[in-house]
Parts: sequence; C-alpha cells; structure tokens
Amino acid sequence: MTLAAATELATATNEHLANISNTLIYSSMAVYTLAFFAYIAEWLFGSRSKVGRTAAALTADAKKTGAKKSPAVTVNQGGSTAVLERPQVVVRSASGSRDVPDGPGAHGGDEQGDLYGRIAISLTVLAFLVELAGVVARAASVERAPWGNMYEFNITFSTVAVAVYLGLLALKKNVRWLGLFLVTTVLLDLGLAVTVLYTASDQLVPALHSYWLYIHVSTAIFCGAVFYVGAVATILYLFKDSYENKLANGGTPGRFANSVLDRLPASASLDKFAYRVNAAVFPLWTFTIIAGAIWAGDAWGRYWGWDPKETWSFITWVAYACYLHARATAGWKGRKAAYLAMIAFGCWLFNYYGVNIFVSGKHSYAGV
Amino acid sequence: MSKTTPTAPDASGPSDAPDAPAGEQDLGAAGSQLSTAPVEGPPNLPSLGVVGWARWFWRQLTSMRVALLLLLLVALGAIPGSLIPQSGTDATKVADFVKNNPTLGDVYGKLGLFHVYSSVWFSAIYILLFVSLVGCIIPRTWQFVGQLRSRPPGAPKRLTRLPAYTTWRTEAEPEQVREAALALLKQKRFRAHLAGDNVAGEKGYLREVGNLAFHIALIVLLIAFAWGQLFKSEGNKLVVEGDGFSNTLISYDDFKSGNLFDTEDLVPFSFTLDKFTGTYETNGPNKGTPRLYQAAITYSKGAYGKERKTLVKVNEPLEIDDAKVYLTAHGYAPLITVRDGKGNVVFHDAVAMLPLDSNVTSTGVIKVLDGYRNAKGVAEQLGISAFFIPTYTPGSETASTFPALNNPVLNLTPYHGDLGVDSGIPQSVYQLDKSHVKDFKDAKGKELRENLRPGQTMKLPNGAGSVTYEGTRQWANFQVVQQPASGWALTGALTAIFGLAASLFIQRRRVWVRAVRGDDGVTVVEMAGLGRSESAKVPEELGELAGILYDRTPGAPDPANDPPQDDTTPEPRATPSEGAEK
Ligand code: HEM
Repeated sequence: MTLAAATELATATNEHLANISNTLIYSSMAVYTLAFFAYIAEWLFGSRSKVGRTAAALTADAKKTGAKKSPAVTVNQGGSTAVLERPQVVVRSASGSRDVPDGPGAHGGDEQGDLYGRIAISLTVLAFLVELAGVVARAASVERAPWGNMYEFNITFSTVAVAVYLGLLALKKNVRWLGLFLVTTVLLDLGLAVTVLYTASDQLVPALHSYWLYIHVSTAIFCGAVFYVGAVATILYLFKDSYENKLANGGTPGRFANSVLDRLPASASLDKFAYRVNAAVFPLWTFTIIAGAIWAGDAWGRYWGWDPKETWSFITWVAYACYLHARATAGWKGRKAAYLAMIAFGCWLFNYYGVNIFVSGKHSYAGV
Repeated sequence: MSKTTPTAPDASGPSDAPDAPAGEQDLGAAGSQLSTAPVEGPPNLPSLGVVGWARWFWRQLTSMRVALLLLLLVALGAIPGSLIPQSGTDATKVADFVKNNPTLGDVYGKLGLFHVYSSVWFSAIYILLFVSLVGCIIPRTWQFVGQLRSRPPGAPKRLTRLPAYTTWRTEAEPEQVREAALALLKQKRFRAHLAGDNVAGEKGYLREVGNLAFHIALIVLLIAFAWGQLFKSEGNKLVVEGDGFSNTLISYDDFKSGNLFDTEDLVPFSFTLDKFTGTYETNGPNKGTPRLYQAAITYSKGAYGKERKTLVKVNEPLEIDDAKVYLTAHGYAPLITVRDGKGNVVFHDAVAMLPLDSNVTSTGVIKVLDGYRNAKGVAEQLGISAFFIPTYTPGSETASTFPALNNPVLNLTPYHGDLGVDSGIPQSVYQLDKSHVKDFKDAKGKELRENLRPGQTMKLPNGAGSVTYEGTRQWANFQVVQQPASGWALTGALTAIFGLAASLFIQRRRVWVRAVRGDDGVTVVEMAGLGRSESAKVPEELGELAGILYDRTPGAPDPANDPPQDDTTPEPRATPSEGAEK
C-alpha cells in the first residue's frame, strides 16, 4: 500500500467514525427527549398528592421539631447479663433556623409518579451512555481529546453534567429533583451544539498540541458541569425560600408553587447543597486557571496577559470567592449569597459562550 | 444537613458554610475562638480625634464586609478591559476605535479604559484589597497563635444544648472515664486536656492554617506578579535559516521591557537557526491548517558556552536560565542574487517576506543599497518589490493556495534610483519608498514585472544587470521573554490551592466528655460535639468516639432496674432532645 493510499484509508475511517459519532449524538438527544417526558410524567403524577408539608411544618408549633434523626450507635450488646443500649447521639439544629422538612421529590409520594421517575432515570442513564459513546467516537475520529471547538466542548460538557448527576444519585444523595431541570438544559445544549456550533472533525492547530490541553480543558469542563448543578440548586433555593417565607408570614402561595415547590427539598437543604457543590469545586477551578496560566506561559510567552478568556476566568473566580466570603459574613448569608452565586455562574456562562462568540482574543482560534 | 432527614443532599466534602456555631450565644466561652474570622458588628461611629478616625478607617478596611466589597469591585473593574480594546495587547485596534468613535474614545482615554489593568483606579482597588488582606491576615495569625498556645475551653454547663450530644451510665469511676476519654481523644489526634470534671478536645486546626496559608499565598502571588511585570523584558527577532542571533538589545527587531528592567539583566546566549519545519493538513475541509511547527537550532550559553542542538516548538520554548525562547511565527525568505551590468555580484542574500494570509502569500522588498552601477556605470540603488507565492496554482495568480512550498513563484518589480534610506527617516525593511525611484520598462514599454521560479533569472533591460531567484529558505520569528519571579507566582498559586482545600474541606470541631457521679452513686458520662458550622460529620464522629469510649467504660443498668428488652433492633433511632435532658 502506498503512503497516499494509507492516508486516504485513514481519512475515510475517520470520516466514518465522525458520522457514527453524529448519529450517536442525535440518538442520545432522542433518548433524552424520552427521559424529559418521563420526568414530566413524574411531576404530573406527583401533583396528585397535596399534602402541603411545608405549610404544615411552618404553621405547627415550631418547638416540637427541635430534633432530628442522627447516625446513632444503637447496636445492642448481646450475651451480657444486662442488655444495654449503646449511647445514641442526639442532634439539634442551630437555634433560630426554620425547621422545614425536605419535600418528597417530584413524584410527591405517588406510586405511579415514582415509577415514571425511575423510568426517567433509566432513560437518562441510557441517553448518557449513548452520548458518551458519541463523544468517544468523536475523539477517535479526530485522534485527540474531543475538546477542540465549541461543538465538541458542548457535547462533552453535557455528558459530564449528566455524569455528575448520575454520580450523585449513585452515591445515594438526594438529587432526584434535579432530573427534569438537568435534562431540559442538556437538550438545549445539545440542540445548540448540533445546529449552530457544529464543526466537522478536524485536527488541532499547533498551539493546542499540549498535554496541558488535557489537564486544563478537562478540569474546566468538569468545573462547569458542577457549577451548573450548583446554579440549578441555587435557583431552586431562591424559589423555595420565598415560598417558605410567604407561608411563614401567613401568605398563600399560588397553586403551582404549592404543588411544585412543596415537593422540593427544604430551602435550607437546597442552600447547603448548592454551597457544598460550589465550594467543593472551587479549588479545582482555581487549579484550572493555574493550569491555563502554565499553558499560556508555554504557548504564548506569558502566563497571564489579560486576554478576554483569562480575564473572565479571573472574574468568575473572584465572583465565586465573593460568594464564599459572603457566606462567612454576617448579613450576607442566604438570599444575598445566593444572588452572588448566580452572578458567579453567569460569569462562567459568559466566559464560555459570550467570550467565544462576541469577543476576539487569543483563545478564538478553534473554529468557534 | 437538612433539618429533619438524614437522606438530604450531602455532597461529601466541604464542611458547611461558616454559620455561627450552633447556639453560640448560650455556650459562652465553649463556642468562642473556634475560628479567627473577625466578628462583624454594626459599623459603629468613630470616636472623635484623628486617632479615632484612623482606627475606625482601619477597622472598616480590614473588615470582612469591606473585603467582600473590594473583591466585588475587582471583578467589576476587570470587565471593561475584556470588552474594550487594550493598548497593551492591540494598539492598532485602540487607534481604530478612537478614529471611529472620537468622543467616546476621548472619554475612554481619560478614564484609562484602554489600559484598564494598569489604570489608576484599577490599581487603587487592588492595592486597597491588598492592604485589607494584610490587615486581615496579621491579627488573624496572631489570634491563631494565641489559640494554639492556649487550651480548648472546658465544657459548658449544659452539654445537652450542643448540636450533638450523647450520654450513658457506667460502673467505671469518673476519674477512669476521664482518663480513658483523654487517652482516646489524644489517640484520635485531638488537642485534649483535663478541665475539672470534663475532658475538652479540639481538632481541625489545619483548617485555620489552610485559610491563613491561602490568604498569604495570595499576597505572594500578587507580589510575584507585580515583580514580574516590573522586571519583565520581551523582544522579537526574525531569523532566516542559517543565520544566528545573540541576546543583546541591539540584535532585536523590537523590544519591550518593564519599568525597572536593566539591559544588564539580559541572559547571555546565542543561537543559529538550522532548519524550520512546518507541516500542514493536506486534504479534508481544513486543508492547509498547520499541524506542526518546529525550529531546529544550535545554541550556546554565555560567550563561550558549549554548542548544543535542540528543537523549539510552539508549546515548547527553550529555557536558558531566566530567558525563554518561543517560536511565534514563520515565513519564507527567497535567496536572491543581483548582478550589475558587468556581471559582478552586488547582492546575495535571503530576503524575508512577510505573510499576508494563512496560505503564506507574502510580500517583501529587496534593497540593493551599495555597489550597484547601472549600464552607464553610474552608482544607483535598486529596490525590487517582491510578491511571493509558495504554492502557485494557475487560475489563482494573486494568492497562494497552500502554505507549504509546493510550487513557489516569486513575482518581482524592480525600481532604480534613490531609495531614500540615507534621509535619516527610519524605514521599514519591508516597504519601498517609491518617491525617488523609476521603474524599468520591458520590450513593449510597460512596467517590467516578471514571475520567477527557483533557478530562473530576470534580465534588467539595456544591460542594467540581472536578478536571480536561487532558491527558498524559511525564517522563524523568535520571541525572547524574561519574566522573573514566575517561580514565586507558581509557588504562591499552588500553596493557595492546598490552603484553600484545607480551609474548605477540614472542619474545626470540639468534643467534651464529662464524667460525674450521679445522685445514686453511678457515674454519668456525657459527651457533646460542636463544629464551627452545622454538619452531619460532627454527630457522626461523636457517635464513633462514644462507641469506643463506651466499650472502654461499659454501661451500667438504668436506674429503672429493668434492662430495656424491647429495643433490640440495631436501627438508628430518633430521640427528641428534650427526652435526653434528664
Ligand atoms: C484577595 C482577596 C481575597 C480572596 C480571593 C479571598 C478568598 C477567600 C476564599 C475563597 C475563602 C473561602 C475559604 C473558606 O471559606 O474557608 C476565604 C475565606 C476567608 N477570608 Fe478571604 N479572600 C480575600 C481577601 C480577604 C480579606 C481582605 C480578608 C479580611 C478581611 C479575608 C478574610 C477571610 C476570612 C476570615 C475567611 C474565613 C472565613 C471562615 O473562617 O469561614 N479575606 N477567602
């Protein structure tokens, strides 16, 4: 075989793989759509139960709900003359905080709703696997990490976001309420990817040939996915918090709020979840920026040059630092801190979409 | 965690938001000094006098509230620099902007918006933040050292008020229990001591260490960055294959440096460009996209250093002491020989052409300044305007169709006369001043202009000489950068990450074990835990500790005589706290 023939064959295989990847991405979108409808069904069936737990908790005598379950050690000792109970740990929550139970989740305790919810999760897992295969096929077709342009960035990003969600579920965290919101945005993200952002398979320009690409971009994508999950929790926190406030002040929220918000976790839980997610990934985001600076030092002759992308990473970082600080500062907890978290995520989004599309800089060589 | 269910979201990892420790108010000393965060009071009015005002100002500046405000301002202030063209990165864009929007340009210019990151107001924000940071770290470090030297406070009166609590009765003596508790806490690496009827332990000081390290690392990072900017130097040099470069100020094509840079600081080295290699995508939709650029060079350190060969690639600069040599651009340099009417070689050199597009269509000028005499024997200068196409395709005569050297064509338009280089006005080597030159005419009386392939010669009319395109060399542009303190910046950055991780993931908490003789003579053990913030980990850990201590000081029957038979399920149970208050 001549060299030219070998090259042609390789090109043909790559084009073939690229086509397979496209088919897989479209298939995953189809499955995500099914999952979307299953989540909707879960929410719809869940609306049949109208218990109004939050209202009940807020109107009942607050003093009665001072304690909660604890990881007690109540293993009894057998064999000895006196069967004694091991000491149990009693947990009290901080004084002054609202005691609202977590909602039951989208299915609202409804059996059929729960069934649809489980179907939705199964479909999400399936769609995730198909999408993952699509990303891998894309990587194989371009013979490099699939992070060379915005199309590839988008498909990888949504795959990772779903992976984070499924990972939390696998760890038995109470995150089922995220499902519908996540799948909706994943569909938006993929729709944008296959229509506006699509770029045919291609190699990288020399500046992108570096192992720092793997380190810097993979952590950036992961951080984005986690920040995204944090942002969804923050938005829901804001809604749930005003719902609880309204109830606590004797107001009557609308039927929609009663039905939907009541099924979400308590605002305090959402707030804590958002904080933990954001705080857990903040050091990694710091690392991402440093890795980028090291790479920039190798590729462009300076580690920091206030390029728009660098600037917005910095702004995003400072915004999240503000958020973490705000939580430590009296008078800034709760809603104010949550607004900061939203601003911080907005900065992240702008850094991704806005800077790539509207601002030209050194980062804009990757065919959008 | 959630208010009522243990299954609430628990992204294991960071401890909770630094809420005030549960019930700090009624815990008194026991809950104090669990962190070094400044206490936020309402901004009280300054007492009179200069000192009072200064103190008030300093307090405000170093408060968390102002730190937050300054951080927000830094983020806000950085925004315009990313949206408005900056003279530091692209001066031509700034000039264009000012030309197109004169009024706005004027306003922007006055506000320093064309150089945001070195503007007065941006500097003011970060210097204030810097001062606030220092003013925050010093007292906090001091306070932390104090906490390390003192011992964790003894148990509060009523342990039942703490966020995690447990109790049991034992036949062991109170002293025995306290001894066992002290040993256990120490074994678990708590800082513990005996405080009257109880043992007090504290753990997780690394959180504070991490937090302080993080903030100090930010200062190191900032200083290193500023230092790097002040002492930085950055120069460019275009080198044709076969030519050399030595690192002195005059060798550069252009050179920029920080305010405190001194020429003495240039690292002495020299190198020769042996060969430049560029490869490109040959087919597909991205045909022509560069794949690999590399420059093979031979370099030596100092004046008499040993010669070494190496490759410089796009992401892989050559490092020589403090200097880094980057490969930043490349192009072609046709090798030209010019002869005068008598056949004497008056010019023989490779002339670098500047690329115009991604397919490396290039232009340049060949200037023969001395030694040329025209057909009449009069000394003249020659200027030959050149247009170079590395891959010439019939049908696309004015632009190259591929960046590699597949079918090179050199288009030449010669002029003769005075090039004006002696006028004293600096002139670009890539431009021709045509005000005092005349073109040559071909046989038809038109301006002489010819396409040459390698090896071909163009005759100048009437025995005025000839121009030969001998072959093509490549050139590479090197950027030589010296930015001191980069190592410090990196150290600061890495320390910041580790400090941050410690600060966010480690929970500082206290545990107390009280053992006293009850009214009936049986020892009552009480254990309680307090974290800096509400967290599921504190009761979990307390449960673990209680389990171990329970094994060492086994339980005694309840005063109710009857051992509890009914409750043998090893399930966790909820107990209302009121019930625990015996
Ligand atoms: C350069 C600007 C600054 C940045 C980027 C920054 C960033 C951060 C971050 C990310 C945290 C979270 C870590 C944690 O919660 O433990 C934090 C905590 C903290 N920062 Fe800063 N900070 C800055 C300046 C300051 C200043 C000026 C002060 C003093 C007023 C300060 C005081 C604190 C304190 C007391 C905490 C710990 C709060 C706690 O104990 O929970 N910081 N900072």
